[in-house]
Amino acid sequence: MRTPLLLDIAADACSDRPAVGGRADGLDFAAYRARASRVAAWLAGKGKANTAFLGMNGDALPVLLFASGMAGTPFVPLNYRLADADLNKLVARTAPAMLVADDDMLARIAPVDGVELVARSDFEAEFLRGEVPEPVLLDEAENDIAVLLFTSGTTGEPKAAVLRHGNLTSYVMSTVEFLGADEDEAALVSVPSYHIAGISAILTAAYGGRRIVYLPAFTAEDWVATAAREGITHAMVVPTMLDRILDVMAATGETLPALRALSYGGGKMPEAVIARALGMLPHVAFVNAYGLTETSSTIALLGAEDHRAAFASDDPVVRRRIASVGQPLPSLELEIRREDGSCCDVGEHGEIHVRGEQVSGEYLHKKAIADDGWFATNDAGWLDAGGYLFVEGRLDDVIVRGGENISPGEIEDVLRGFDDIADCAVLGIPCEKWGEKVVAVIVSRSGAPDTGAMAATIKAKLRSTKTPEQWFVRDELPYNETGKLLRRVLKAELAEEVCAG
Amino acid sequence: MELKPGSRWKSAVCDAQLVVVRPPSAAGELQCGGAPVLPIDDASAPSGAVDPAFAEGVLIGKRYTDEASGIEVLGAKAGKGSLAFDGTPMTIKGAKPLPASD
Repeated sequence: MRTPLLLDIAADACSDRPAVGGRADGLDFAAYRARASRVAAWLAGKGKANTAFLGMNGDALPVLLFASGMAGTPFVPLNYRLADADLNKLVARTAPAMLVADDDMLARIAPVDGVELVARSDFEAEFLRGEVPEPVLLDEAENDIAVLLFTSGTTGEPKAAVLRHGNLTSYVMSTVEFLGADEDEAALVSVPSYHIAGISAILTAAYGGRRIVYLPAFTAEDWVATAAREGITHAMVVPTMLDRILDVMAATGETLPALRALSYGGGKMPEAVIARALGMLPHVAFVNAYGLTETSSTIALLGAEDHRAAFASDDPVVRRRIASVGQPLPSLELEIRREDGSCCDVGEHGEIHVRGEQVSGEYLHKKAIADDGWFATNDAGWLDAGGYLFVEGRLDDVIVRGGENISPGEIEDVLRGFDDIADCAVLGIPCEKWGEKVVAVIVSRSGAPDTGAMAATIKAKLRSTKTPEQWFVRDELPYNETGKLLRRVLKAELAEEVCAG
Repeated sequence: MELKPGSRWKSAVCDAQLVVVRPPSAAGELQCGGAPVLPIDDASAPSGAVDPAFAEGVLIGKRYTDEASGIEVLGAKAGKGSLAFDGTPMTIKGAKPLPASD
């Protein structure tokens, strides 16, 4: 099954429902499909293998994604935050390609054989403005690769994750009800196009019949103003965004009465932020989602009921689930495995493995999926007795101290319980005696953290080997723009400091 | 009739439109309102009557299955006829929708 089908059946069933953009000047589903089909005919005529995009969020993006699927050219969104040299390496890897780029980014791109550059303003003038054209009927395309997403490449060259039409449509159809959205629903998208959630948001919105509205780039002020103006009912945010959104709401007095559901993911959300959000947005259902690029987005989620139950419970097992990512989707299988491949017991930490039609587990020229369909996520985690999944971060981040595996996540969870901790990270730093030692980097609200009391609490709740041996106080921790803590950056800095000291 | 995943069909006797989500394990006939369905691009308008034995309707957004063959079909437009595979009525797949997560 191919992604354009999702738009096709929605456009046939509710052609005049708003689909993309503002209330005043947006596209309805018929115009969405018609414009995408014109772009697809243009792409097919150009005959390039790939369709690349370098730019901020906006209405051109979903039109280009569906057009790529119709034309049978993989859609390749590029990360505009990369340094020019790294960006140009990726541009070269897309060749032969059509590359639509924001006007103010054109000058960054070095000419490459086979890559034809199109200014976004020209693209929009040709395909998004003026009277809605008649749709073009194209033959169904052959290429079953829908999207290529470059991984962040924190270790070595970025890999191009392959998402096939079958992976994405399976994800959408198993998680969303066709036209399940009310006509007045609208989703605000602020994650960038080169993030898997930016892609899946387009597909799930089209199939669900929900309008999508874009923020070109995230600022909390714009987010709140746009949400209020457009009557936004649904949105996805990464942890760093939510706290700033709440600050703006507190400052402006905006209450966002139309908002119904907020999902968050892409990193650990401090419990205090969620508690604050539940308090300030009592009419909103919160959803915590966990997923990877290689799994076409979400594979587990903690729903609104789970949030309420966890906060209301005196049972520490239930209470703790607020820090979980909920239960795996019913449409896939998930297991926690030991290093020898056997399955972990309840509560035992191991590597998260997943299998299902939405799981691509594939990079260009390299399958990373086992013959039996299981994909090793390289994430560490465990399941509780109720089947709730706790994710502890990348397996590579697990600290190995004197032969004992220590997950930073559980130590960080204890630290976040202190009111004085605004943010924190626990890392393993090379050490002669133990191989690695546990250190904590904290952001203190008071500026005078009582690390002695924190150490004592960790020792009491976990055990002494998990107690940080060194403490570093910082003004803030480094994050990338999608809310992922840059552990490797922090680790490298600390390794230098520890060595120098 | 080749019931490939993603293939689109329409009822010959009512307004229902369908998308095959999962193919059947063996060849067979998808029927709506008691009559074989037609390819979506078939030019003919619905005609004839809905067989009263297959008149419970197709709902938009619902998924219908026939357990024996494994075929699964999405209601892409509603209609008065109900679905059957080789004469066996198909049933609604009761799946609780998940909350939006992206």
